[in-house]
Amino acid sequence: MHQPDATPRHSIYYRYQVHAPWLPAAGSAQPRVPVVIVGSGPAGMVTALELARHGVPSVVLESELQVSLGSRAIVFTRRSMEILQQVGVAARMTEAGLPWRNGNSFYRGQRVFRMAAPHDPDDRFFPMLNIQQQSLEEFLVDACKAQPLIDFRWGNKVTAIAQHADHAVLTVDTPAGDYTLPADWVVAADGGRSPLRSMLDLKLEGASYEGFFVIADIRVDLPLPTERLAFFDPDWNPGNTVLMHREPHGIWRVDYQLPTGETPEQALKPESLKARIDATLAMVGHAGAPWEMDWASVYSARTLTLPDYRSGRVLFTGDAAHLLPIFGVRGANTAFQDAQSLGWHLAHVVKGLAGERLLANYSAERVGAAREIIDEAGKSTRFMTPPTRGFQLLRDAVLSLSLQHDFVRPLYHWRTSRPHEYTHSMLNATGDDDGLFTAGPARGAPPRNVRLGADDFLLDHLGGGFELLLFNPAGAVPAPLLAEVDAVRARGVAVRITAIGTAAVQGADQCFADADGHVRARYGVPGSGGAYLLRPDQHVCARWLTLDATRLRAAFAQALPQ
Amino acid sequence: MTTETPMTTTSSTLDIGGLEAVYDRLAQAIDTAGEAKAPLFLVKLALLNAQALGDATLFAAHVDAALQDL
Repeated sequence: MHQPDATPRHSIYYRYQVHAPWLPAAGSAQPRVPVVIVGSGPAGMVTALELARHGVPSVVLESELQVSLGSRAIVFTRRSMEILQQVGVAARMTEAGLPWRNGNSFYRGQRVFRMAAPHDPDDRFFPMLNIQQQSLEEFLVDACKAQPLIDFRWGNKVTAIAQHADHAVLTVDTPAGDYTLPADWVVAADGGRSPLRSMLDLKLEGASYEGFFVIADIRVDLPLPTERLAFFDPDWNPGNTVLMHREPHGIWRVDYQLPTGETPEQALKPESLKARIDATLAMVGHAGAPWEMDWASVYSARTLTLPDYRSGRVLFTGDAAHLLPIFGVRGANTAFQDAQSLGWHLAHVVKGLAGERLLANYSAERVGAAREIIDEAGKSTRFMTPPTRGFQLLRDAVLSLSLQHDFVRPLYHWRTSRPHEYTHSMLNATGDDDGLFTAGPARGAPPRNVRLGADDFLLDHLGGGFELLLFNPAGAVPAPLLAEVDAVRARGVAVRITAIGTAAVQGADQCFADADGHVRARYGVPGSGGAYLLRPDQHVCARWLTLDATRLRAAFAQALPQ
Repeated sequence: MTTETPMTTTSSTLDIGGLEAVYDRLAQAIDTAGEAKAPLFLVKLALLNAQALGDATLFAAHVDAALQDL
């Protein structure tokens, strides 16, 4: 019988709430459900919330009774915030988090590189926001609780899975014994050590890097701004790297590489942690500052992915699907993009609006994203923790040259997580005018936000279905276009028509005057008649200089393959 | 007999006096760096030269040539 720990986890700043376990009624058979999500981390909960937004109910199974142990993911990107806005928790994140944009790299006491991530007035969210994962998960749990389509079951641990042609059956253990739960689809969001991945005997592909890092959260009062601090080859840790980030609640994340040969057990001994944290504080000019430990853990860099995120009736997402290096904040930030993608793809299949080929597309797009991230993060990883003598020499040569030569300094760039562009997606229109545009988000790209007014941005108004943006239409949506959209809606597909550049348009669901033509410029639309079609994850799947009903029909047929 | 190395695309090359000067300077610098730091010194030098060369393809050809007959 599964006995999850009912003692609140230890933290010096976060009060853990222990939730009551969900217990099956004795002898009652569980009905088959459309979707079961295994795991209630960021990936699982965002998937559940996205599914619910598309009207698809889900059961979420969480083996524990509490949110994340320790702060874990602490840096969230702008695109993550745009995704979290879609599921209703961005305001709480903004309220509780620390926004930032500057990163600094130090060598021999000199700041050799400083970079400000771009922050456009058209963006609602900062490039980065620091907040502990427990808080993020708490906000997502609250959002799930408020959503009647989500059946959240704490203390439910999956112990077995049987795959069938059109469904899977999970065995779920609880403090009151186990039960079986049949589901049309199972989402494996059960984290980096994914038990489902093991049960299905699936293997990750890629590389693991040697070299361990300690991450420790301490409470300490440091008069330093919220910026990324990276120290290379500091006196107290020769040849290795040390990172620091400010977190809310007066907490700092200290992240340092271990000398070759040291084990995680040795590194996590209190006296070892104390000596190194003291040395880190001395390094930033605050020797002897009093501090208190909250949580510490050890990680190593890995660049691994499943080659296919679908296995029978099981769909993998987040860390269960891939293990990505921490450098460049790739874990949770990739998980949000996975989950947002999986949510709409799966919802449209469950609702019969597209064939299972759509799930193959989910896998193709997100495996492609993981491989792109692995390639990009591999560069950062080889700089942060050089895997061979050659990479070590080159890295050290760059450190040394950077004291006096500008040209090597961009090699310190930390290549932060950014949204993948689905340039080669099979959902992209083939007969649109993408190639004739000279600006704006291209086919497959994420959308571009635009400031419309005080505390009012374009992306506040988009999402939850397909979005047809019509630029500068006359007084009414052309009747053939409206008829085409209505035909798609009649099948059950959510489509919203947004008119941009005309204050009142008959047939449009919403209109933005765009008096200064700024939205039109951001989308690279040269004149009236231009249009964009966005998928439910807001990525562009077609754009036109001129649109007619035939072209629109073709784009929908491409985006929702049967 | 002199042959043009295929990787050379610039018209200016070192005359024998120049080459001898480079020979001596580099030898002395390796000694100055010392055995432990000589590899680091040589990598720094290669990066500075590559930047001045401004041609990653030509640099790769130099790398391939230098890897020959070790």
